[in-house]
Amino acid sequence: MKTLTNKFKQYWPLIKSLQTALLLITGLAGYMSARCPYTTRPVVLGLAGSLFLAISGSTVLNMWYDRDIDAKMPRTSKRPLPAGEITSQEALIFGLAISALGVGWALTMDLLYGAVVFAGLFFDVVVYSIWLKRRTAWSIVWGGISGGMPILAGRVLGLGQLDWVGITLSLAVLFWIPTHILTFSMRYHQDYQSAGVPTFPSTYGFQSTRVVIAVSSVIAALAMGVAAYGVGMTWGYLRLMIVLSGGLLVLAISSTVRPSERTNFGLFKYASLYMLSSMLLLFSEGIR
Amino acid sequence: MKKISVLDRILLLITGLLAAYQVAVGCDGLRTMPITSYTISFGVLLVAGLLMIILGFEVLDSPLVVIVSTVIPLSLSLGLVSERLVNFTIPYLVFVVIGFLAIVITRYAIPGKAATIVLAVVHGVAGMTIFLLPIILSLRGDAPGGFALVGVGGALIGVGGLLLSFLKGGKPILSRDTIMTVLPSLLLLMTVAFVAGFAFG
Repeated sequence: MKTLTNKFKQYWPLIKSLQTALLLITGLAGYMSARCPYTTRPVVLGLAGSLFLAISGSTVLNMWYDRDIDAKMPRTSKRPLPAGEITSQEALIFGLAISALGVGWALTMDLLYGAVVFAGLFFDVVVYSIWLKRRTAWSIVWGGISGGMPILAGRVLGLGQLDWVGITLSLAVLFWIPTHILTFSMRYHQDYQSAGVPTFPSTYGFQSTRVVIAVSSVIAALAMGVAAYGVGMTWGYLRLMIVLSGGLLVLAISSTVRPSERTNFGLFKYASLYMLSSMLLLFSEGIR
Repeated sequence: MKKISVLDRILLLITGLLAAYQVAVGCDGLRTMPITSYTISFGVLLVAGLLMIILGFEVLDSPLVVIVSTVIPLSLSLGLVSERLVNFTIPYLVFVVIGFLAIVITRYAIPGKAATIVLAVVHGVAGMTIFLLPIILSLRGDAPGGFALVGVGGALIGVGGLLLSFLKGGKPILSRDTIMTVLPSLLLLMTVAFVAGFAFG
């Protein structure tokens, strides 16, 4: 029992629990936004379980592939792989196993849903991490596409098909991701530079990155608003979403006009809060 | 400088949730002008609360604080006037727009005594409207008794506005640390009074 607990403690940081939880919430919100007439406990549990495994699996595989980069950056050097707490072979087997379990579970629930979950995993691990992350700063676009897959998958499972609302929700997440990742890569740009990972701040400079963040925040807020309207969200909830989007825009613009480390950090935190709040609104709209 | 504590963050979070409730549910069924005005006032309160939770009290050093602390009473008083004194909506809207522009212009273009006078006049009119209008309407029987709580919220927002304005003006009534200690509780009490007042009114 003690060995199991120790193993769990070692493996848990591999899945980046907060990031996984946020993506899982987007998937559940996407599903609830479809307002399925028959929402059963097994389906919701299946959705949560399969998404959790697939998202965690892709995160573990990313950690496995990026272990050399992580070792070079002070922020990530204490992660289980660079710290030598888990061997790379162990992590690879664990990542592949839970990824396969997650995608397999998703495929048995619904083929289209399973395909979207697989696409998310493929874009994240193969296209983003293995192929592009060390080559171009634009790799975050693919990271964004994979980040938008859980919400699309949830919506697809609820509806049984792709629709414009699901794609717009996915776009909202795609354009939210630069706000999240670029503010982070500005904060830790020296880490990324010493590890040789191209980022927007190191390739295009801080001011251009701030403009990209502001523009992508505007697009993310617009996409979220359009999707919420498409879902048929009540006027009151839409008002609240507009208010929260307004906060995101004000912060993004002030980070461009009056740049500071504090505003940048505030934008990073607020962006996460914004996404969580938007998803909770979508979720509660679905159960009304 | 006083650091934001866990308790402060909890109080601000409850304030934010109440403000979010007021935006999403609390002003359903009203006309466009009051809904828009209340959405702006409680929306600004919500976002300001979230930023304080994230960034701490240091966010109050921003030059935008004067503008933000003007938007809340102006839009709230406009909402009250357009909801309860429909005939005065247009003149009061004109006052709000001119007052807001005057504060922004005097703050950045001609700072000094003129800026302080404009700030005091605009804040004073908006504050007295929020404080007196609900109480008068309740006493006259034109609104349920509970609506007077909005006036109580108005008194509290007035106290908060005064404390912050004088602090920003370099002539603090209380020390900065004391203001930061009472601010989260004051904001929460004020929001509770507003939300309850609108619910009962």
